[in-house]
Amino acid sequence: METLLDFLTLSDPNVRYVVLGNVLLSSSAAMVGAFILLQKKALIGDAVSHAVLPGICAAFLFSGSKNIGFMLSGAFVTGWLALLAIDYITAHSKVKKDAAIGLVLSVFFGVGMVMMTYIQQSGNAAQSGLDHFLFGKAATLVGTDLLIFSILAVVLLVVVGLFFKSFTLVAFDRPYAQALGYPVRKLDLLLTSLTVLAVVTGITAVGVVLMAAMLITPAAAARYWTNNIRRMVWLAVGFGAFAGLAGAYISYAAPAMPTGPWMVVVSSAIAFFSFFFAPTKGIVPKMYTQHKNQRIIAEENTLKRFYHLGERNSHFLGLRNADELFAKDELNASSSSSRAALKRLATKKLVVSDGQQWRLTDIGWQKATRIVRLHRLWELYLTKYMNIAADHVHDDAETIEHIITPELERELEHQLGYPDKDPHNTEIPKI
Amino acid sequence: MIVHTQEPILEVHDLMVTYGRKPVLWGVDFTLPSGCIAGIVGPNGAGKSTLLKTIMGLITPSSGYIKLFDRSLDEVRSQVSYVPQRESVDWDFPVSVLDVVLMGRYGKVGLLRNTGPRDRDIAMDCLDKVGMSAYTKRQISQLSGGQQQRVFLARALAQEADLYFMDEPFAGVDAATEQTIIALLREMASAGKTIVVVHHDLQSARAYFDWIVLLNMHLVAAGPTNEVFTEETIQQAYGGRLNLLSQVGDVMEKRAFPSRER
Amino acid sequence: MIAFWIILTGSLVAITCGLLGCFLILRKMSMVGDAISHAVLPGIVIAFLLSGSRDTLPMILGAGATGLLTTFLTEYFHRRAGLQTDAAIGVVFTFLFAVGIILISAFAGQVDIDQDCVLYGEIAYVPIDLWVTANGTIMGPRPVYILSVVLILVVAFICVGYKELKLTSFDPAFASVLGISTALWHYLLTAAVSITTVSSFESVGAILVIAFLIGPPATAYLLTHNLKRMLAITAALGVFIAFAGYWMAYWLNASIAGCMAVVTGLCFLGVFSMQRIRSSRIQPPIADPAAG
Repeated sequence: METLLDFLTLSDPNVRYVVLGNVLLSSSAAMVGAFILLQKKALIGDAVSHAVLPGICAAFLFSGSKNIGFMLSGAFVTGWLALLAIDYITAHSKVKKDAAIGLVLSVFFGVGMVMMTYIQQSGNAAQSGLDHFLFGKAATLVGTDLLIFSILAVVLLVVVGLFFKSFTLVAFDRPYAQALGYPVRKLDLLLTSLTVLAVVTGITAVGVVLMAAMLITPAAAARYWTNNIRRMVWLAVGFGAFAGLAGAYISYAAPAMPTGPWMVVVSSAIAFFSFFFAPTKGIVPKMYTQHKNQRIIAEENTLKRFYHLGERNSHFLGLRNADELFAKDELNASSSSSRAALKRLATKKLVVSDGQQWRLTDIGWQKATRIVRLHRLWELYLTKYMNIAADHVHDDAETIEHIITPELERELEHQLGYPDKDPHNTEIPKI
Repeated sequence: MIVHTQEPILEVHDLMVTYGRKPVLWGVDFTLPSGCIAGIVGPNGAGKSTLLKTIMGLITPSSGYIKLFDRSLDEVRSQVSYVPQRESVDWDFPVSVLDVVLMGRYGKVGLLRNTGPRDRDIAMDCLDKVGMSAYTKRQISQLSGGQQQRVFLARALAQEADLYFMDEPFAGVDAATEQTIIALLREMASAGKTIVVVHHDLQSARAYFDWIVLLNMHLVAAGPTNEVFTEETIQQAYGGRLNLLSQVGDVMEKRAFPSRER
Repeated sequence: MIAFWIILTGSLVAITCGLLGCFLILRKMSMVGDAISHAVLPGIVIAFLLSGSRDTLPMILGAGATGLLTTFLTEYFHRRAGLQTDAAIGVVFTFLFAVGIILISAFAGQVDIDQDCVLYGEIAYVPIDLWVTANGTIMGPRPVYILSVVLILVVAFICVGYKELKLTSFDPAFASVLGISTALWHYLLTAAVSITTVSSFESVGAILVIAFLIGPPATAYLLTHNLKRMLAITAALGVFIAFAGYWMAYWLNASIAGCMAVVTGLCFLGVFSMQRIRSSRIQPPIADPAAG
């Protein structure tokens, strides 16, 4: 608890640098990542982040020091080259995009490895720490680094803000953007540059291997919570920032722990949570909706059963016993699920029970009538407009009766000319 | 207008197909007699290719069933052949014309065994039939659209099936190829084979097919061409979607409703 | 002798990876190779922690399990949650790799695995890693035996399933119509890639595995229109790369794995630019519509 307080008050200047740096870089990466994800270029980030290694090494060889400005420029150049190479290869040969990405990624990284070993053997004292670029070491962030990060992050923020509309359009409908006269190629180049910039900003903390995750994982998670692109970008930024903060805290509380991998694990955890539990799009809510639909179907089918029993002797509100209700179950529904449906109907006051027997209430009767009515209307529609034989329409109507809205019902009635009889010549009830 | 046939070679029964939750085919129910050239005709997005893919078991229907030779597909695979849309294939793939046609024999030779000289003879024979025997060594990307389509046709022939399904074989081919293909189909039909073709050109449909399945999300008409292919049915199929049907489909998708109760 | 063992190891890895890589790039699944080669890390660490040794079998089991887990999770998120495939791959493999790094840091004292060698491998130490039989006979480097076995398995797999691999890659719809399961061959291929990755991983590292999986096949793909020839060229290129890469590393005194990756890139670059020059001189052939 005390560590958490210490951490949150940012009393230690080192902590301050690390936290601010982490939050800045992870949120700006997430922002750019949102557009990369929407343009279906998720793995491009992986290629760029691997490809910055030779740039960093070259800058080090050239300048002989660990000047962060030089290194970032070097990284920027090779990251850019890698993207150009991928585009060039796919445009001018039959090699497909995925292979081009993998090829460029591994070859650029190989060049970096060769340079790295060369530096290590040249015995330059300052080289210690160069390999932090591989896996990242946020704890080594110092004041000047932070300044550079802040500038880069602000640049990213401003540029994305300015071109928000254009990026959105290009991601959503490329040909249309082109037709409107948007400079699509230039916008691509701009987004590419921003990607490289975001990667370059991030590698000191996260490392080249895991940087791809900081780009796309928060964005992938955000996609599950909203369909509004503006909100999605801000959510991605929020998730990214939280992951940065959490990563910094974990390595503060347990110094042996690496910051970058923890940032990735935290944002992956957010993503996995979103995949499972995000409302409407998540796996669990989807399953719940299906479950709920099944319950509605069971309830409405039970109501329908009351109606059909009532139709035999025109006594719709009569008491029915279990044998009548569950015997010869035409719906193949298990008796237990029908019983459960009956209980739910009782709590909704659509049926009442005297302990042994059940009967429809007035509202229950109205509901039952409406379902039977929709069933028969739909059967008629199928035979009349879709040329389906009268003996083939029942199964389809069994489903559709549960989903027709009042507006669709009016439309259906109108198109059919307010009919009285269904294709089997039974009466279509009116409420 | 739906004309059914006794002892059908293909029976599609109350078929419903959904993408995601949205229905793309509703209650399609028809039969085909053996030995005919049947055309599946309808406007864009009518679900023609979907119907074919469902028959071939590439898409699982939400309800209904399909019978070929009065059996399920798995029992009669060796008697059934399929020509996919030309666009669905990566033409840069490193295979030659003969390789592609030999693929038609894979179902016959089974796992582990390789194609033998007899399969080669059959493949060459089929290439000859489509007028492509001069191109056996060519890589497939070096062919024109019409030639690619002929190679696909030869591959289907090499399967020596009784029932052929072809997805838009006339799309993007030259007039000469179109004539070659239709002549070949007629020859096959007179030898007792049955051919089902997805087609979108109304003009040629009447001349090419002796049985027509007219489709637009639901079945508009099915039967002998001169009986069912009328102004009225064409108007029905091409005169826009059934509005109500699309609306109900939208509701089903929005509420993630199952297309069948269980 | 050292050079011989290193080049032999490199060649074995290059051939095995390249043969499988041919099918990966033809199926547009190259990034699956990338993902698996990173994602096997936690499996290796866990296997190490549980077995307490660097024996091959637990490592292969552990890594094989995470390799399949990657494929499964990617498919699961894609199918059930509707996540686009590239994003699913990206999210899953970076997560597993991060877990691996954390495990290494957490058990730094107990795990004899270095972070860097995960990426680079330690092919230079292959000649030292000797297989000594019970009666003291030195049989040569252990990885060479393991990799030979894997190579034989992969070659056998491709020979047996050549027809099916070819057809399911070229025209999956037609394959399933013939009754050949596309999903089955997809998983068999992924499993083969996992096993290959794991056994190669220790000697050459994740990055060179990717380079070997994609580089030689992509180069061969440009050179030929015939699948069998593509496989043969890939294998030959693999041996050449191992050889040239080693000597380059020797002269530059640099990372062997890195140099092999660089040579892979140079090979591709050479073939690619040759074709660019040729195609700019000669007009591209236009398929004659009259013959169509």
